[in-house]
Amino acid sequence: MANALVFIDNPGAALKKSSLELLTLARKLGETAVAFNGELTEHVAATLGAYGVATIYQPSVADLDDYLVAPKAAYLAAAVVASGVTAVLIENSPEGKEIAGRLGIKLNAGVITDVVGLEADGTAHKSVLAGSYNTTAKATTPVAVFSVKANIVEPEPAGAATAPATAKVEVPADAAANAARISSRTEKPASGRPDLSEARIVVAGGRGVDGDFGPLEELADALGAAVGASRAATDAGWIGHDAQVGQTGVTVSPQLYISAGISGAIQQKAGMQTSKVIVAINKDAESPVFEIADFGIIGDLFKVVPQATAEIKKRKG
Amino acid sequence: MKIVVLVKHVPDAQFDRHITGPGNTTDRDESILSELDEYALEAALQLAEERGGAKAGNEVIALSMGPSGAVNAVKKSLQIGAYSGVHLSDDALAGSDAAATSLALAATIRHLSADRRPVDLVLTGMASTDGETSLIPAQLAERLSLPQLTFASTLEVNGGTVVARRDAGSHSETVEAQLPALVSVTDQINEPRYPNFKGILAAKKKKIASLSLADIGVDPSEVGQSGSWTVVESAAARPPRTAGTIITDEGDAGIKLVDFLAAQKLL
Repeated sequence: MANALVFIDNPGAALKKSSLELLTLARKLGETAVAFNGELTEHVAATLGAYGVATIYQPSVADLDDYLVAPKAAYLAAAVVASGVTAVLIENSPEGKEIAGRLGIKLNAGVITDVVGLEADGTAHKSVLAGSYNTTAKATTPVAVFSVKANIVEPEPAGAATAPATAKVEVPADAAANAARISSRTEKPASGRPDLSEARIVVAGGRGVDGDFGPLEELADALGAAVGASRAATDAGWIGHDAQVGQTGVTVSPQLYISAGISGAIQQKAGMQTSKVIVAINKDAESPVFEIADFGIIGDLFKVVPQATAEIKKRKG
Repeated sequence: MKIVVLVKHVPDAQFDRHITGPGNTTDRDESILSELDEYALEAALQLAEERGGAKAGNEVIALSMGPSGAVNAVKKSLQIGAYSGVHLSDDALAGSDAAATSLALAATIRHLSADRRPVDLVLTGMASTDGETSLIPAQLAERLSLPQLTFASTLEVNGGTVVARRDAGSHSETVEAQLPALVSVTDQINEPRYPNFKGILAAKKKKIASLSLADIGVDPSEVGQSGSWTVVESAAARPPRTAGTIITDEGDAGIKLVDFLAAQKLL
């Protein structure tokens, strides 16, 4: 019997890296099943097999995507019952956390969010209070639900591939009864850059970019990085609100965070100080960001950043 | 409309925050009204004002759960403009996780619905600035069987329908539900007002109801550490980051930056 259930929601043609990470982590807890939503392509099914998945559950209805979270939580609760698992792993997106929250109430299960490490016995590691404390937490209930941050393990296929069985899960008839309906949806233009919350490298700009994110975007593209921003820059309308890094925006934890023209007020620090390496570029030597930077440059970002971009392109040939 | 706004008394994020005690809970000295809750309060006040305010029978109730100090979050909300306040406080609530907290809050909202007329809308911020689990809106909605519209950056109520726009990463969407509903709002939704002198004076005359677990019909074993489904086993302060190398640009800092990245194997 499977011990861990991973929720994979509408992956499209290929599984996202964060899903592969969840599958890798889930194997630590025992045999893995997947609660799948969306179209299951042959390629995705084969990848799930490569990651050692024993069973792929699919919902009996096709309209889960028409509503916000509640019916997905109802489907997952039914999948937990069908699979008999004791652990559920969900990605740590805002939607993932909400599904985890509702699922927890449905199952009388403890929910642990923002997980950055998970042990075989269900002990979860977290970083809290804006990265100032590391804690370990555990669910005291028979079933535990974890929402897991991206980039905490390297995806690794199982030693031996499986041929997963598929099974339908009956979604309760009233699953959408008390749900908010999505009445319209607008796709944003794709930037071609990695997703901010999952990016290995983030280049972020603040007040100091003075309306011109061009040089930072060029550096980001040379590094294969995502572009982020401080609240001052998003409030000024220089870049979309979804680029905001910080307490009220996206929390990032990349290998490398390059902060340009950002003073580093506490709310901004809260969103990035668990980054592995921090580089700061700012004209003002008194900027608080220099207190936490591994490498700081007191200087004009409009000189330093283009020079660095040109040098990276030169070295990469 | 009868609107309940959840307001939380949280440690001021401008200062160092600490985890203390046997339950590994957050030290609540130096606490303030959670900044993100002000947006929910402003949204509630605007909805009520559009409908004629208190004179037309609208209600905006600020609800806080927490120890004695948490009443300050309610008082601040009254100064900003909430019409009345509720403070849920009981020793047995200490150490409640999100599941236990949502249970107590759900019972309080049922209690407030029973007294005269039902609550139409529960409004919350997008997250607290301390626990930051973001679980309460979803768990409270689940317990009350309410539709949830989270991370709203706009909010309208037309008749019995609530409509919100939200940003969801790769797309933005419009969502709608019938009242009663729970809505969490982001910091993009409005510009919260500040309490003025008149508001501060007026707040002194407003009512704050103090409720205990007995008042809302919750058994002490259902909340606090005994009613929680998760436990924080250990907490350790992370060593503060220390500054590394700081250089002043002398015309070659971009090159030196790339040297640093290469040395760190980040290229």
